[in-house]
Amino acid sequence: MAKNDLVSGSIWDEYSNQVVNRMNNPQHQGEITEERAKELNAKLIIADFGAESCGDAVRLYWAVDEATDKILESKFKSFGCGTAIASSDVMAELCIGKTVDEAVKITNIDVEKALRDEPNTPAVPPQKMHCSVMAYDVIKKAASQYKGVDMESFEEEEIVCECARVSLATIKEVIRINDLKTVEEITDYTKAGAFCKSCIKPGGHEDKDIYLVDILADTRALMEEDRLKTAADASASGELTFDKMTLVQRIKALDTILDEDIRPMLVMDGGNMEIIDIKENLPHYDLYIRYLGACSGCASGSTGTLYAIESILQQKIDENIRVLPI
Amino acid sequence: MEVYLDNNATTVVDPVVYEEMKPFFCEKYGNPNSLHRFGAGTHPKMMEALDYLYSGINADDEDDIIVTANATESNNTVIKGIWVDKILNGDKNHIITSEVEHPAITATCKFLESQGVSVTYLPVNEEGVLEASSVKEYLRDDTALVSIMWANNETGKIFPIEEIGQICKEAGVLFHSDATQAIGKIKVDVQKANVDFISFSAHKFHGPKGVGGLYVRKGIKLTPLLHGGEQMGGKRAGTVDVASMVGMGFAMHLATNEMALAYENNHVKKLRDKLESAILELPETVVIGGVENRTPNTTLISIRGVEGESMLWDLNQKGIGASTGSACASEDLEANPVMNAFGSDSELAHTGVRFSLSRFNTEEQIDYAIEAIVGAVKRLRNLSSSYAYAPESHKSGL
Repeated sequence: MAKNDLVSGSIWDEYSNQVVNRMNNPQHQGEITEERAKELNAKLIIADFGAESCGDAVRLYWAVDEATDKILESKFKSFGCGTAIASSDVMAELCIGKTVDEAVKITNIDVEKALRDEPNTPAVPPQKMHCSVMAYDVIKKAASQYKGVDMESFEEEEIVCECARVSLATIKEVIRINDLKTVEEITDYTKAGAFCKSCIKPGGHEDKDIYLVDILADTRALMEEDRLKTAADASASGELTFDKMTLVQRIKALDTILDEDIRPMLVMDGGNMEIIDIKENLPHYDLYIRYLGACSGCASGSTGTLYAIESILQQKIDENIRVLPI
Repeated sequence: MEVYLDNNATTVVDPVVYEEMKPFFCEKYGNPNSLHRFGAGTHPKMMEALDYLYSGINADDEDDIIVTANATESNNTVIKGIWVDKILNGDKNHIITSEVEHPAITATCKFLESQGVSVTYLPVNEEGVLEASSVKEYLRDDTALVSIMWANNETGKIFPIEEIGQICKEAGVLFHSDATQAIGKIKVDVQKANVDFISFSAHKFHGPKGVGGLYVRKGIKLTPLLHGGEQMGGKRAGTVDVASMVGMGFAMHLATNEMALAYENNHVKKLRDKLESAILELPETVVIGGVENRTPNTTLISIRGVEGESMLWDLNQKGIGASTGSACASEDLEANPVMNAFGSDSELAHTGVRFSLSRFNTEEQIDYAIEAIVGAVKRLRNLSSSYAYAPESHKSGL
C-alpha cells in the first residue's frame, strides 16, 4: 500500500490513446467472405477462440496465399471489453503481410506493445493484460487450421503466466538461481503474476493448470532435497564445509570438536557446556551456549574460557563461528 | 447531453439539501459536544435531523438511530457487535445472510468465518430473490443474527423483509437488513417489518457522501464499533459531522415522505419502464431476474452479444453513466456475485448492464439515452463474434 493505492482510479484512465482509438474505431473489424477469398485467390481461414460465457470471444479471419503462406487479409470479430476489442484489432493488423509461421510468433506482449503510445508506458492497466492473451491464442488456432496440425504443437514450452508469457522452466530456474522464497520475489524477477494475477493461486480470474504458489513450493522442496543430498554426499566423502552443512550436521560437527578438545578441559574443573542454538548471522555463525556446573557463573566464562572455545572452533571448523554464552 | 443513470452507486446531492448543510461549515461550526453557544447552537438542527430520520423509517423515539459514516460502517457495527455480544461469550456461533449481499456484509462475514464463526450464505431463486422459507430452513439454535438486504443493488429486487422479520421474531433471532437500496425508493417501516437493525447511506437518497445511519431497536445491547468519546449516547464515538447529519436528515425527509415516494413510484418508474421497454424491443435482451417486485428506479438488462464494459464505454462516450457487473469492468476482474447468483446462464454475468434512475432524470434524458443505447448495441453487435452468427431471425439488423 502507498499513496497511489489509496484512491483507485478508473481503469479507463490507464488505457493508451491507441486502445481508446481502436476501441472506438477498430480498423480491421469485419469478416472475409468466401467470395472475397476467391477474389484474392487465397484460402479462407476462420478461427474462433474463447466464449461469451467466459467474458471474451474472438473470431479471426485470414485470407492466406497458399503459394507463399502469406496472410493477405486479416479481420476479426470480438465479444469483449474495450481492451479485448483493441487487442483483436491490432492483432489482426500485425498478421497482415506475414507468413503463417511468422504470425504464430506474434505474442500477446507484441500486441500490447503495439498498442502503446510511448515505448515505456503500458497500454493497459496490469489486470487488463489478460485481454490480449486471447489474440495470441486465436492466431495459433488459425495457424493450426491452416497447417492441419494441433494447436498445441506451436507451444514450445509450458507457459505459466500468459500475460507476461513466462514459462515454467524460466520460473523454476529463477527460483533456484536466486534462492527466491516468495511469489512477490518471482514477480519482481520475471513479471509472472504481475498482471491479471490468475496464475498466482487458485481462485483468480481464470483457472490454470499450475500456479506460482505450487511451483514455488515444489521447487523449494526440490532445492532442499538437493541441498540435503549434496550435504550428505559431501559428508560421506569428507569434503563438507560448515556453510554447506545442514543444521544437524553443524551441531554434530561442533559437538565432535567440543567432545574432543573442549569438554574434557571443562569437566576437569567440575564444569561443562551445552549448545543451545546456532543462528546464521552471515558472514558469522553465532553459537549460543550455556555453561553448566562449575563453569556457570565462572568469571572466565566470558573471557579466557570463552576465547579458548571460540578459537578452537574457528580453527577446526569455520573461522566465522562466534560463541555467545547466555 | 450528460445523463446519469447510475443512481444505485450514488446520487447527486439535492441542491436543497446542500443549502441546509451550508451554515454548518463556516457559520455554525462549533463542536456539538462543547458547552458554549458555538457548540450548543448546532443542537436544534441536529434534533430536527433526527426527527426526519426517525419519521422517515417510522422508528420509535425509544429506538436508536446512530449516525455513522456510511452503511458499510453500520453493517460492520451490527455484525461485529453481535459477534462480541452473542458469539464471543459462547452463547451462539451462527449467522445467516445471502449470497447477493453487498461486500460490506459478505466480506465482514468472511472475516468472522476466519475467526471461527459459522456463516450460511443463502442462495437466491431464479428471479434473484431470497425466499423467506430458506431462512426458516437454515435457522439453528445457535443462530445469532440474520442479515438480509431490503432491496438488491443490481436487480432492484425487493426481498420479503416482513416475512423474514416475522420468522426471526418467532425464533427469537435478531434480524438486520441493509436497507441502503430501499430508502427513498420504497416504504421502509421498521415497525411493520420486525427488523432489529437497519443500515442506510445518505448518498443513496440525494444526501451527502460520508454519512449513514444505523437503526437499533430499543432494548438491544450492541457493542460499539468505535470507542472513544460519548457522542451518539456512547454508541458511536467521534465528533459528529453536523453538516452531514443535517444533510442526511433533510435528504431523508425529502425522499421518504408520501409525496416523494409517490413521485418515485409514478414518475421515476415511468421513465425506468420507458427506458426498459425501448431496450427490450431490441432482439435478445432480457431483464435479469424479471420485472416483478423491484424498486421503481432500477433495471438490469442482459444484451446478448454485448460485453458489459464495452457497452459502458460506448455510453460514456455519449455522456451516459451506467453500471455493469461484468468482471472485465472491475478492478479485480471478479464478476459481481449477483450476476454469478443467476447460475443458470453464465453469459448473463458478462452482458448485464444496470440502469438506475432518480427523481432528477428527465424524459428528455431518457429519450437521449435510448437513442445512444440502441446505437451502441448496433455497433457492438456488429463487432461481436458471439452475436454476429446468431440466427438471422434474431437479428433484425441488430
